[in-house]
Amino acid sequence: MNEWTMIEAINHALAFQLRENPNTIILGEDVGVNGGVFRATEGLQQKFGEQRVIDTPLAESTIIGMSIGMASQGLIPIPEIQFMGFIYPAIDQILGHAARLRNRTRGRLSCPMVIRAPFGGGIHAPEHHSESTEAIFAHIPGLRVVIPSSPARAYGLLIAAIQDPDPVIFLEPKRIYRDGKQAIEDNGEALPLDTCFTLREGIDLTLVTWGAMVKETLQAAEQLAAKGIDAEVIDVATIKPLDIDTIIDSVNKTGRCIIVHEAAKTCGVGAEIAALLAEKNITSLLAPIQRVSGYDTVMPMFQNEHFYMPSTERIINAATKSMEYR
Amino acid sequence: MNKNSLTIGRSNYLDNNGTLLKALPDSLNKRKFLISLYQTMVLTRLFDETAINLQRTGIIGTYASCRGQEAIGVAIGHAMLADDVFIPYYRDIAAQFQRGVLLEEVLQYWGGDERGSNFSQQANDFPLCVPIATQLCHAVGIAFALKYQSKPNVAVVTCGDGATSKGDFYEALNMAGAMSLPTLFVINNNQWAISVPLERQTASPTLAHKALAAGISAVQVDGNDLLAMYISVSDALEQIRQTGKPLLIEAVTYRLSDHTTADDATRYMSQKALDDAKQKEPLIRFKHFLTEQHSWTDKEDRALYQQCQQQVDTSVEVYKNLPAQQPGEFFDYMYEQLPNSLVEQKQAFLDGLKRHE
Ligand SMILES: Cc1ncc(C[n+]2csc(CCOP(=O)(O)OP(=O)(O)O)c2C)c(N)n1
Ligand SMILES: [Mg+2]
Repeated sequence: MNEWTMIEAINHALAFQLRENPNTIILGEDVGVNGGVFRATEGLQQKFGEQRVIDTPLAESTIIGMSIGMASQGLIPIPEIQFMGFIYPAIDQILGHAARLRNRTRGRLSCPMVIRAPFGGGIHAPEHHSESTEAIFAHIPGLRVVIPSSPARAYGLLIAAIQDPDPVIFLEPKRIYRDGKQAIEDNGEALPLDTCFTLREGIDLTLVTWGAMVKETLQAAEQLAAKGIDAEVIDVATIKPLDIDTIIDSVNKTGRCIIVHEAAKTCGVGAEIAALLAEKNITSLLAPIQRVSGYDTVMPMFQNEHFYMPSTERIINAATKSMEYR
Repeated sequence: MNKNSLTIGRSNYLDNNGTLLKALPDSLNKRKFLISLYQTMVLTRLFDETAINLQRTGIIGTYASCRGQEAIGVAIGHAMLADDVFIPYYRDIAAQFQRGVLLEEVLQYWGGDERGSNFSQQANDFPLCVPIATQLCHAVGIAFALKYQSKPNVAVVTCGDGATSKGDFYEALNMAGAMSLPTLFVINNNQWAISVPLERQTASPTLAHKALAAGISAVQVDGNDLLAMYISVSDALEQIRQTGKPLLIEAVTYRLSDHTTADDATRYMSQKALDDAKQKEPLIRFKHFLTEQHSWTDKEDRALYQQCQQQVDTSVEVYKNLPAQQPGEFFDYMYEQLPNSLVEQKQAFLDGLKRHE
């Protein structure tokens, strides 16, 4: 067993796949000699060579576009976009091609690739380095969107994403890259995609979240427990396609649901979860669904980012309000 | 700065009438081979005319004609090796036909059926690309894969003159140059991007110049001169196989049609410009060459046209008789395995169909 932070777990999952499959290629800006600006690919170029861990020119559209070409020829590219804020030049390629290649050729060509990008706020980064825009990708048919929230899930979900035959957007909550270690066996074992993980069982209230907000949500659950409120905490992990069944089962039990996400509120993934609960399960609700989220504002620069980020306190307030409905 | 390095060569074998300007290499000067080039050009022209008619009568949807630009695709299709990979845009049916794409598959595609891109005789080539210039990036990745797999092959990608204004064009050239990837870029410079003429597209003296900044050698070729096109593409492919380095060809031609069947070029293209361009079109020139140099007769010409028209007509019949897609097939290829949410949506869709029956 190894004790790894999330960033170390990601590094080892990448190394495992590079070792296992010679068709696996990592490419991106600064991923080689420098090991990535967050060190996710540290040491990989030394180990696997410049042909497998490639420092590309600074060109996001082509990093993704060429990955599509590589994937079509039997390679498994793992492009890194340095920050989610710089993925937009490649949106054309992701939405216009990666997500569609299998369908438009009726399966003749496909696009197995994992686009990794650090995302989210809370690390006092400069402008454009803190957004959470996962909903843009979750909206797009043909993509998978996976977000780990712990070192072990980062390892297992990244392995699964790389083995998946379709394009996966793998968003890494950089705020918790180095937030504690977990014991992980480096055995290449994949965790299931397309399922939620129930992190804490409870009977009074369901808290649904993903990514870095898992941290505040678990803290809120602990503080609620001290007040005698027993919250269940679900880490959605794969936000597209969404495992609504696990959430429904939980809400059937608790009758109350609060969705917590860092992204802006309007058309966030929380809206989709709330809509699905309303469609499929409205009669089991004892209280209105609530969303604790970022605001519909530009992500403030770091002096004010803590006002924007959902806090443990905001989660507890929402939970308390929910419990008032009888 | 070395001024010479900024000059772009221009290749020509036929003059505007089709008179041979210089001797052909012996290896090419074979009647049967030259006729096979001509045949693909005639087939493409007749298919193109038929496709436009099929659009006018509602049998296919919007269609992009390649009239006047056939020599480019013919040269590419004949010069490439089977295991090279072709990444076309939408005026490349001549090359696609030569590479095994069926005429009826092209009709199926423009007829609004994705199965037209599931080529039954061509496993590896890309389907045509609609978002302008994005295909250039795919080609670079494909070239990477070919190199990585130590294959002696080349990724051949085409785009229009308008496409050379896009960031993806520059990014792809730069990437292929920096990483030394076996890629052949061919620009179909048909002077127009829908209604926007070349002189509004760029201040660059030629489009080939744009390659120089990426460290890629480039030539300009008379794109209506099938011999020059064929020799340029063949030479480029050979050179890329030897050096592993990318090259670019600017094929200078003229669009003798509306942009697509949804367009009306009389709104922006003068009749005189069109008439002038028609004088230089590739089929007449190549026929003239065959007649002068290889005693091609009108009788042979008529027979060839008849044979090609028959092939086109057969493909139309095949197309019309293709079975419809399975109901809800459009769900099935979104992922290798359908997620539950899509299984559910597909079932609801099928139930809805049943209720209407
Ligand atoms: C990114 C993008 N922008 C706009 C369009 C609409 N459009 C289709 S063809 C075209 C002109 C392309 O001109 P050119 O590259 O010269 O190719 P041509 O059609 O002349 O062969 C435009 C603007 C598109 N398909 N993709
Ligand atoms: Mg054009």
